[in-house]
Amino acid sequence: MTPATGVFHRTYGSELRLRTTTAAQVRLVLAVVALVVAPFVITPYWMTVAIQVGIAAIGALGLNILTGFTGQISLGHGGFLAVGAYTSALLVTRLGLPTGVTVLAAIVVTAAVGALFGLPALRLKGLYLAIATLAAQQIILWVVRNTTWLTGGTGSVFVDYPTIAGFRFDNDFRWYWVVLACAAVATMVARNLFRVGIGRAFMAIRDQDIAAEAIGVNLTRYKVLAFAVSSGFAGLAGALTAHWTQIVTWERFTLSVSILYLAMIIVGGLSSIVGSLMGAAFMIIVPALLTQGAQSLEGSFLSRQLPAVELFVFGLVIVLFLIFEPRGLARMWQRTKDYLRLWPFRY
Amino acid sequence: MGVNQLVVDGVSLSFGGVDALRDVSLTVRQGDIHAVIGPNGAGKTSLLNCTSGLYRPQAGSIAYHQADATTELTRTRPDRVAALGVARSFQNIELFRHLTVLDNLMLGRHTRMRHSLAAALAWFGPARRQELEHREVVEEIIDLLEIQLHRHAPVGALSYGIQKRVELGRALALEPGLLLLDEPMAGMNTEEKEDMARFVLDVNELKGVTCVLIEHDMDVVMDISDRVTVLNFGQVIGDGTPDEVSGSPAVIEAYLGSEAATEGVA
Repeated sequence: MTPATGVFHRTYGSELRLRTTTAAQVRLVLAVVALVVAPFVITPYWMTVAIQVGIAAIGALGLNILTGFTGQISLGHGGFLAVGAYTSALLVTRLGLPTGVTVLAAIVVTAAVGALFGLPALRLKGLYLAIATLAAQQIILWVVRNTTWLTGGTGSVFVDYPTIAGFRFDNDFRWYWVVLACAAVATMVARNLFRVGIGRAFMAIRDQDIAAEAIGVNLTRYKVLAFAVSSGFAGLAGALTAHWTQIVTWERFTLSVSILYLAMIIVGGLSSIVGSLMGAAFMIIVPALLTQGAQSLEGSFLSRQLPAVELFVFGLVIVLFLIFEPRGLARMWQRTKDYLRLWPFRY
Repeated sequence: MGVNQLVVDGVSLSFGGVDALRDVSLTVRQGDIHAVIGPNGAGKTSLLNCTSGLYRPQAGSIAYHQADATTELTRTRPDRVAALGVARSFQNIELFRHLTVLDNLMLGRHTRMRHSLAAALAWFGPARRQELEHREVVEEIIDLLEIQLHRHAPVGALSYGIQKRVELGRALALEPGLLLLDEPMAGMNTEEKEDMARFVLDVNELKGVTCVLIEHDMDVVMDISDRVTVLNFGQVIGDGTPDEVSGSPAVIEAYLGSEAATEGVA
């Protein structure tokens, strides 16, 4: 928030730029290089993890827009991911539409469903809204499990790898680039949103909704819009999951998934774009590390009790973050940057 | 000057059995600083809340006159009232505390911006140009209120007096035709009150903004207001110039008790 010491601007335009220091530009270049080189050097296992991180990052960005930036808590994110996944998969299998089109359709449909389930937010706040969105989660899962004409009564849809412009996306190396591109666009879009009036209105609603209304923010429109935008991100993440894994099942989108996404944005940092990415990476990579550790320590306590240990670490991480750094990884990253910029001085 | 800008007519508001306002009527003329005074619980803030659309009175009307149109505010949503050019501040500061001073003031420009989701997501030229345009207006207000130092500070971290000033600034960023100020000087020392009074006078004189001012400090009210309306238990008990009101027996009774009124102590 506060501008860096010693960084001066001569025009308002230069102040609006995202990266104003050389250090920031160098960091961006390094990140791009790392992401481009990574798929050539990492093992297949970590390639899978990287793709999961990319998809989770898109979903976490969406939830952070709604919960972190607009202050509307949601326990329905898993449900919205499901809407995206089923929409895209069903449009391919039933109507034979090309995958690019179905993914876009999934974004639009999920945004519409999100807007619908966002309507209670016009009346409810805080814990009450959490319960209302919990209902959204349960209703969506009930629909996909129980409507036979939609999912054949099993709640599962199988979908073949997509072929786009004669190019078949049938291995993780190819999917890595797809997911990376989608995540990059999602990040830019989210970042842009909070540089202009709409994003400011979202944050105003979070901080003081009555004052926001009195200064001219249409609460109905902006709350519903926040739900729609957030769900749009979830729709994209869900659709990518569907086509990458080739199967859509309801078990992938349960309440615990909604809570996992909440954990991502808390650990990463509420109302922080970079925090959403970091939180998603953290919450996917830690269990992956545990799994690897369990495999290398065959027969040990860790490998025998892996699910329990995972749950324990999950809880412990959230508690530790809430106590020691409630503003999450984003805040730690900010402090590191400040330290490096001023080094060797303290301030 | 002299044209009626806000006409409150027979407004009654009750919460269950409590009558907050009973048949309140008053007229605010364009260009005036119109003070509304009265003991705590007299209904002053309720009156402002009815005007800005946050409360719906059970009876009566509040007409807002502009050059080309008249709007009934009791049937208008708060955000629409703001779009008409009626801005307000709150008694207990209601700023967006995690946002910077700049962002708070930019929100005051919200009704004057065009918001296209597609342009916002892509950061197209129009969205960017709009940010720059409105930034220039906001910077003028920052200069006027002398808060340049705090431009990039999150408002939650600022002192009370500065927050009050930022809240006035946010209302001014709307470029209002009518400014509703709910105790802008509460909890301030004499020097801060003088500053705030000067800002209100500047806004009134330089920009020609009509002000409705709720205030407890009688010295301030008598000094800067053109007209004063006195409320007690939800009813208007006095209305006129500061001199007329301060001489009125009903007002003296409400403020000092009935004995003082009969003895003619003012």
